[in-house]
Amino acid sequence: MSEIIVENLSKTFLAKDGSVEALKNVNLTIGSGDIYGIIGMSGAGKSTLVRCMNFLEAPSQGRVLIDGKSLGDYTEKELRKQRQDIGMIFQHFNLLMQKSVLENVCFPLYIQGKKKAEAHERARELLEIVGLSDKQQAYPAQLSGGQKQRVAIARALASDPKILLCDEATSALDPQTTASILDLLKDINQRFSITIVIITHQMSVVRKICSHVALLKDGQVVEQGLVEQIFTHPKSAVAKELILKDSGSDAKTGAPRSKIKSGEKIRIVFSENSAFEPVIANLVLTFREPVNILKADTKNVGGVAKGEMILEFIKDSANVEAMKQYLADRGLAIGEVTEDV
Amino acid sequence: MFSPEVTSMIIQGIGETLYMTLASAFLGYVFGLPMGILLTISDKDGLKPNPVLYKLLDVIANIVRSIPFLILLILVIPLSRLIVGKGYGPNAAIVSLTLAAVPFIARMVESSLKEVDTGVIEAARSMGAGTFTIVWKVLLVEARTSLIVNATIALGTILGYTAMAGALGAGGLGDIAVRYGYHRRVESIMIVTVVLLIVLFQIIQTVGMALANRLDKRKS
Ligand SMILES: Nc1ncnc2c1ncn2[C@@H]1O[C@H](COP(=O)(O)OP(=O)(O)O)[C@@H](O)[C@H]1O
Ligand SMILES: [Mg+2]
Repeated sequence: MSEIIVENLSKTFLAKDGSVEALKNVNLTIGSGDIYGIIGMSGAGKSTLVRCMNFLEAPSQGRVLIDGKSLGDYTEKELRKQRQDIGMIFQHFNLLMQKSVLENVCFPLYIQGKKKAEAHERARELLEIVGLSDKQQAYPAQLSGGQKQRVAIARALASDPKILLCDEATSALDPQTTASILDLLKDINQRFSITIVIITHQMSVVRKICSHVALLKDGQVVEQGLVEQIFTHPKSAVAKELILKDSGSDAKTGAPRSKIKSGEKIRIVFSENSAFEPVIANLVLTFREPVNILKADTKNVGGVAKGEMILEFIKDSANVEAMKQYLADRGLAIGEVTEDV
Repeated sequence: MFSPEVTSMIIQGIGETLYMTLASAFLGYVFGLPMGILLTISDKDGLKPNPVLYKLLDVIANIVRSIPFLILLILVIPLSRLIVGKGYGPNAAIVSLTLAAVPFIARMVESSLKEVDTGVIEAARSMGAGTFTIVWKVLLVEARTSLIVNATIALGTILGYTAMAGALGAGGLGDIAVRYGYHRRVESIMIVTVVLLIVLFQIIQTVGMALANRLDKRKS
């Protein structure tokens, strides 16, 4: 377990055709044992940020502290030692294609100077943990994407790290495989008390396993906090967009796209403290006016079931504000929807 | 078909050709492999960028490679005398063949190593691997197939160069071909030597490619 503090971090890349400010004054505190999500669109600076956390990329400004010690103070040699405490997995797995599964997992152990026999024994234990005991002698080319990521996870765990950085680790995987890899990560977090940082562009990933999340846009943190909070009360436009794009629903009872002349749309979220009454039915009865349900989902947010609905009022309805108030009074979180549903 | 003298001369020629080819290729790799590794890691996107070192090696490689081999053979005669005591013969040819092979091999090593997926290198760095470990356990291992294919090409090229060196009295099959085919007009002997050179070339190609394929684990 380790705590990561990112302090006033900026990173500027110098290119021939001008410079790119990939990160601008980023501040984050990632608590020991957290599963911390960093979400943002492509090019937001997520990879750069996570690469600063093990100094694969040296920041232009600011500090990264691991358990209170600044990575910038280490010599090259100390840094290499420190990196053994920080495992990392990647979108494209990055395994040695010419080495067997077992030898891939042994790689970090050889770096630590472990002997072959000892390394093999430890690697076998790790392959057992990730459920690939029968693939020791296989080569990466013979494995599926999910299996390759499991090998990468076993390899990242070999040096008993206190932190695991995951850069788009499930982005190349199908939904089922993604779910099983996320389950494995959650299990690892609990069993070995490893702090996990999850980089992703998918809200569904954050929702499924993260306790905290930071939202990155154009190199800046625009929102951060508990996942539950951001999911229920997204403030920024990016947050709303990401939540809306979240297609990894657990149960879908979606209505088809509305063909009716569209009125104002709202997004409502039920949480455990919402009233038990049939809210929508009562709303319709009270105002004697139909509402269109464009989408309805139940989502698992950090282990808590959340209902989410996109409602559309009839065009130019005079009752919109009153209806919103009605819903709010019944404990529902309400957000705007500006995009197409 | 041939007199016993001619037959034994051809057999000796095969031996000399193989000796010159293998010895030059070996020495070529002794110097060319490290040079290729240094070119790879000192380049601007390399593990340890060093513009001065890169430029120096780059210029050396370009100069040597731009000298036609026949000219290089002549230029190197004094150096051969210094190193092996003679300006002609197989050993003298090995000096010039090696000199020509080193930059050529270094360039091929450089291109093989640069093909290695940057993601794998990044993963190794994230595990705390240093430059030496990455070169030894990542670059050379992952580029194995490409390195062997290129070594096959290098051997074939050096084999061709031995024939050229033969024209300047290096011995070997090339020497025989030039002496009998050009100076004495005994075409049968020249044809035999040419066929033998082709056969040697094919053997090198076939064995090299088979080995490269055999050791490649990327196929499922
Ligand atoms: N080595 C680099 N050199 C120049 N620009 C870079 C480099 N790495 C990243 N960038 C730029 O920084 C920005 C953020 O990139 P990145 O961190 O990879 O984003 P993300 O992972 O969120 O997609 C992009 O505009 C990208 O082009
Ligand atoms: Mg990225």
